[in-house]
Amino acid sequence: MSAIAQAGGVTGSERPRRPFFSFGRRRKLIAYGLLAPGLAWLLVFFVVPMGYLGYMSLQSGSYPSFSFAWAWHNYSDAITAFHTQFLRSIEYAGIATAIALLISYPLAYWIAFRGGRWKNLFLLLVIAPFFVTYLIRTLAWETILADDGWVVSILHTLHILGPNGRILATSGAVIAGITYNFMPFMVLPLYVSLEQIDPRLLEAAKDLYASSRMAFLRVALPLSLPGVFAGTLLTFIPACGDFINAQLLGTPQQYMIGNVIQSQFLVINNYPEAAALSFVLMAAIMLAVIVYARLLGTDRLMGAAAAAA
Amino acid sequence: MSTEAVGLHVEPRRPLPLAGAWAWIRHHLLSMYAVLALLYLFLPIVVVIAFSFNNPKGRFNYTWDGFTTKNWTDPFGVPGIGSAIRISLEIAVLSSICATVLGALMALALMRYRIRGQGALNMLVFLPMATPEIVMGSSLLTLFLNVSFVALGFVTILIAHIMFNISYVVVTVRARLAGFDRHLEEAAHDLGANGWTTFWKVTLPLIAPGILSASLLAFALSIDDFVITYFNSGSTITFPLFVWGSARVATPPQINVIGTMIFVVAVGGMLTNIFAQNRRSKRSLA
Repeated sequence: MSAIAQAGGVTGSERPRRPFFSFGRRRKLIAYGLLAPGLAWLLVFFVVPMGYLGYMSLQSGSYPSFSFAWAWHNYSDAITAFHTQFLRSIEYAGIATAIALLISYPLAYWIAFRGGRWKNLFLLLVIAPFFVTYLIRTLAWETILADDGWVVSILHTLHILGPNGRILATSGAVIAGITYNFMPFMVLPLYVSLEQIDPRLLEAAKDLYASSRMAFLRVALPLSLPGVFAGTLLTFIPACGDFINAQLLGTPQQYMIGNVIQSQFLVINNYPEAAALSFVLMAAIMLAVIVYARLLGTDRLMGAAAAAA
Repeated sequence: MSTEAVGLHVEPRRPLPLAGAWAWIRHHLLSMYAVLALLYLFLPIVVVIAFSFNNPKGRFNYTWDGFTTKNWTDPFGVPGIGSAIRISLEIAVLSSICATVLGALMALALMRYRIRGQGALNMLVFLPMATPEIVMGSSLLTLFLNVSFVALGFVTILIAHIMFNISYVVVTVRARLAGFDRHLEEAAHDLGANGWTTFWKVTLPLIAPGILSASLLAFALSIDDFVITYFNSGSTITFPLFVWGSARVATPPQINVIGTMIFVVAVGGMLTNIFAQNRRSKRSLA
């Protein structure tokens, strides 16, 4: 999609220029008029619901009659009961993000520096698989990693996996699924930051007798770090909240915090505790985003987001 | 920008017996890695397409039981799948139109005017993209449970999809506006066009491709969304919800047929877009 191609042109430094004709108050009215409908939608259906989530998390009672009671114990109860799943989410998301970085970086580097005029086509190849419905993709991994599938039989012949060893229904399968499903969020920000590096900088390093390795370590890698940060953040966050991979590729022993929130909300109908869990997850992630924005600025953040779009 | 291979190029060395082969491997190591990574990305897609031709013996479409084309001749032959696709398409069309209008206007305001609290606004636009879907899904559900102005179903799904699509539209259109030559507008103004005419005759045609790709992206995100929809659907069933439901009971190969169709249409659209842009940029160079 050309959104990606355009994102290549986004730098962190663009700022609205001074308007070339200004009618003062009337212009301001136009600006707010343009902004208002979308802003209202985001406020009513994104910000206000977060408030309701907080409100719900402090209620007590039992389904279907809950009432507000400053029930802070919902939070401590939720964390005591489900800290295993919380930690597991962070662990799985962390490992998956690291693997995704290892797979994506060389790929993004190759497209950015070796892609030539086919860059956009290669980029399309990278994101095309993600236009198959998420759930269908994950079901395909279920087929690939199945006990009688070829992956398991190869690992059996190589004796990497014991005779009764399996992949499906293990942590490995869940992490593999998460790694795969959130790959575009890693590749695209990496590509955008690598693509912006002027190849002549690397040539200059070579001219100054840097080896290929040093040119990469001292020039390309530091310049691509914003992409690494953005990719890591944009992969880690959705991975933390995922429950589909654990549900389809794992067992209750692999369940993550997303599975707990989902079942508390929609199966057990324990709304206050589910809301508390959701709120804790959001607060943790909000903190990460704010720290990130402080470090790199909101314009950078938008650039990275445009890359992901 | 010159895009010669400068990444890992290897200086010529004194030829040793094996050194030639080693140098060749070193030189192509990155390319081989990239090809392997691409193969990995396409592996599940190959499985999805292959299994759309499967003739499963049991209820589940997980093992290969023989080739057939009957799933393709009768893609809607599973009860419920037709209506699920219809609802998904309706929501995708409506939500992408609404989100494109709302988001494009926001992008214009954010790029063209100095607005107080620009940083906070950027943050507000960014946050829905950075919030885990499960948090957005569950928080919207608590809103709809507390403020019961509408029953869970088609309308609530639509509201949710417009909400998460707005941000993606804003960043896509913004990216387009960032590469926009303001002198063109000034020229129109100098030639006596007023603000309104300038917008319709100059600005809009120039950002139209950005708006188009934003709406396509919104469409794709909407038709694929599962988590937020799952929380706010009530008893309405979209295509991803249909797949979720069948994953427990029985997975008809028709699911793969529809998945392949969506894939082919999306990738076809994107390829057309890329080639059209290449031709346009070639023409503008000539």
